[in-house]
Amino acid sequence: MEILNALALFANFVVVPATAYGAQLALGALGVTLIFGILRFANFAHGELMSFGAMITILITWFLQNMGVSIAPFPTALLALPIGVLATISLALVTDRMVFRFYRKQRSNPIVFAIVSVGVMFLIAGIIRIVIGPADQSFADGERFIIGAVQSRKALGLDEGIAIKQSQLITVVVTAIVVAWLFWFLQKTRSGKAMRAYSDDEDLALLSGINPERVVMICWVIAAALAAIAGTLYGLDKTYKPFIFLQILLPIFAATILGGIGQPVGAILGAFIVAFSEVTVTYAFKKFLAYLGPTDWAPEGLVQLLSTDYKFAVSFIILVAVLLIRPTGIIRGKVI
Amino acid sequence: MTKRVALLYGLMCLVLIAIGFLQSWNVAFGIFNLCVISAVMALGVNMQWGYAGLFNVGVMGFTALGGLTAVLVSMPPVGEAWAAAGGDIALSLLSLAGTIAAVIYARRVVPAALKLPVTLVLLLVGYFVIGAFFGPAKETIESIDPALSGYLGGAGLPVLIAWPLAGLVAAGAGWLIGRIALGLRADYLAIATLGISEIIIAIIKYEEWLSRGVKNVTGIPRPVPYEVDLIESEWFISLANFFGATEMSDAASLFVKLCYAVLFVAVLAIIMWFAERALKSPWGRMMRAIRDNRDAAAAMGKDVKHRHLQTFVLGCAVCGIAGAMLTTLDGQLTPTSYIPLRYTFLIWVMVILGGSGNNWGSILGGFIIWFLWVEAEPFGNWFMSTITAPLGEESELAQHLVAGAAYMRYLMMGAILLVVMRFAPKGLIPEATNRSTAMAK
Repeated sequence: MEILNALALFANFVVVPATAYGAQLALGALGVTLIFGILRFANFAHGELMSFGAMITILITWFLQNMGVSIAPFPTALLALPIGVLATISLALVTDRMVFRFYRKQRSNPIVFAIVSVGVMFLIAGIIRIVIGPADQSFADGERFIIGAVQSRKALGLDEGIAIKQSQLITVVVTAIVVAWLFWFLQKTRSGKAMRAYSDDEDLALLSGINPERVVMICWVIAAALAAIAGTLYGLDKTYKPFIFLQILLPIFAATILGGIGQPVGAILGAFIVAFSEVTVTYAFKKFLAYLGPTDWAPEGLVQLLSTDYKFAVSFIILVAVLLIRPTGIIRGKVI
Repeated sequence: MTKRVALLYGLMCLVLIAIGFLQSWNVAFGIFNLCVISAVMALGVNMQWGYAGLFNVGVMGFTALGGLTAVLVSMPPVGEAWAAAGGDIALSLLSLAGTIAAVIYARRVVPAALKLPVTLVLLLVGYFVIGAFFGPAKETIESIDPALSGYLGGAGLPVLIAWPLAGLVAAGAGWLIGRIALGLRADYLAIATLGISEIIIAIIKYEEWLSRGVKNVTGIPRPVPYEVDLIESEWFISLANFFGATEMSDAASLFVKLCYAVLFVAVLAIIMWFAERALKSPWGRMMRAIRDNRDAAAAMGKDVKHRHLQTFVLGCAVCGIAGAMLTTLDGQLTPTSYIPLRYTFLIWVMVILGGSGNNWGSILGGFIIWFLWVEAEPFGNWFMSTITAPLGEESELAQHLVAGAAYMRYLMMGAILLVVMRFAPKGLIPEATNRSTAMAK
């Protein structure tokens, strides 16, 4: 049974959290990759866009909680999420109209777009800190665990249980639904095909009568909706911290580049690779190895490859490895 | 052109002088010193962006490296820690060097197909060998008097030596990252530098044996006199009396700020002199040619990647120097204070506002933006209390908004960046091209 215990331990501390984290990154990376594909720039404001969506959702959640509205056992945030999504979409469309459209018309260099997105990032960061403040906020309610540790220990008949938080299951389910819808949209609908055509070859797409402004608008709507959902799920799973959304840009960009720029499938793949490497590398394998080894033996030290403080290093190393070995990403992205 | 420069600089001076009269000279020189440091950072970024069009969003990391260098050079060594763990540290450094040498050697001799597995195996072995020495050493060092030291300390040298050294350290880091990310798409450099800066901050935050981490290093020796010594020394009192100062402690802190100002301005002047010389030299023209049309420059036989690496490293070095100056001025290294909005993106706003490619513009941008960043808080407070006045003091909304007023500065910086990019993309002092200087003549 020792091997089974080890596997259960691994599942509990690595597979489950990494899956949830990977799903959150995937939603963010999908947005970044769409913007990379259609608008052709690295959007530094994406993290703040996620933060903004989460913030609106939190505000609405608090309002609903005050009103006594509840959909227990589910978190109230799910009810508030559509409004957060709508608000984020409006914000994205307003920034596009006021800021990015001008440079699109000028056909500016992608770097100019990136710099302008830094300006947008400052603005949104300022708004967020004025409205909700720089402190941590917790807004999760409803049932905390779907399967508790004790419960699963009994069910499996092992010493180690696999606990699954409700937020983790919600994250995975919501991501699955959203991603399935997105792929259906991109593959089957007219607008989705137009988007893919535009991403592949802008001039050819224009010649075939595709309206670029419409494509861009749909792109922002999708990216912003994904960002709001990702931000809310991340906040629900951990806590909402405004400053974390600048740091989370790094794994998201790493996932995007790893998967191949402009490739939605690649973004999801990349997100899960980044998430699993991050959690595996920072996990202390002491107990896991103790189960596998002879009885009454445990390795000295934690057997942790990298302390959790250095989790950015994982995304960074992945990023560097991709840049050195295969700059186009796993699925050949935009040729550079 | 030059009239415009003189006018803008004159206005900036007037504003600082007005602060001197209205608030106090201490405040004015406090702002001025940080303005100068910001201007140095802006010069560094301008070398990368303005000369070569490289998008570096890791300024914070290079600045922090400079700060760390200042600590490692100037703090007195902790003898006990060295005695207890110095040998282990030396051995782990030796095994690190051994691992690197082994990897380099193995990659030369083994056949191509085996390169990756052999490298990985060597790295893994090296990791455990280093860990065997380093782990215990780290624990020993951190356990020695953790409340006061708990780290190795520095070299105990004068802090001014740290400034050029900081430039070298930051240049080394810049060289490493540039080797990897330059020559690819511009966005990749941005993302890679974003990553390296976060890692550098994480190292400074969590490697307590090196930098005391979040426990902060305080009391870094100053290159200038201390206020407490000043107010007791004869010559200073007579000097202060000569200028008619009434409050001795104020006069002393003003004198200290003036000393710093002299040092900082000297550094700024030296860097500026080199930067301007470089820009006007054939090298500068080549850089601009590469920036404006990379393919054409490459076709003319210019080694684009190498040149990019060169200016990237130079820019990082300047940012490192600025970081060391900043830590010297603060007298402490607080890793948690390094946030990208303040240390990376704010510097970008300075360069863009001042005028990309123009060193005079960058300095001016550094001054204006730092001034606004500092003064945004009182302004934000005033603005928020004015617009919330109708709500009354008791209103929760009003209190919440006033509490958030400090973050008005983010809004302001975002707005400045967007407005400049939209309506004056060349900045306040546009880059001087041959054509525009000829027209001015």
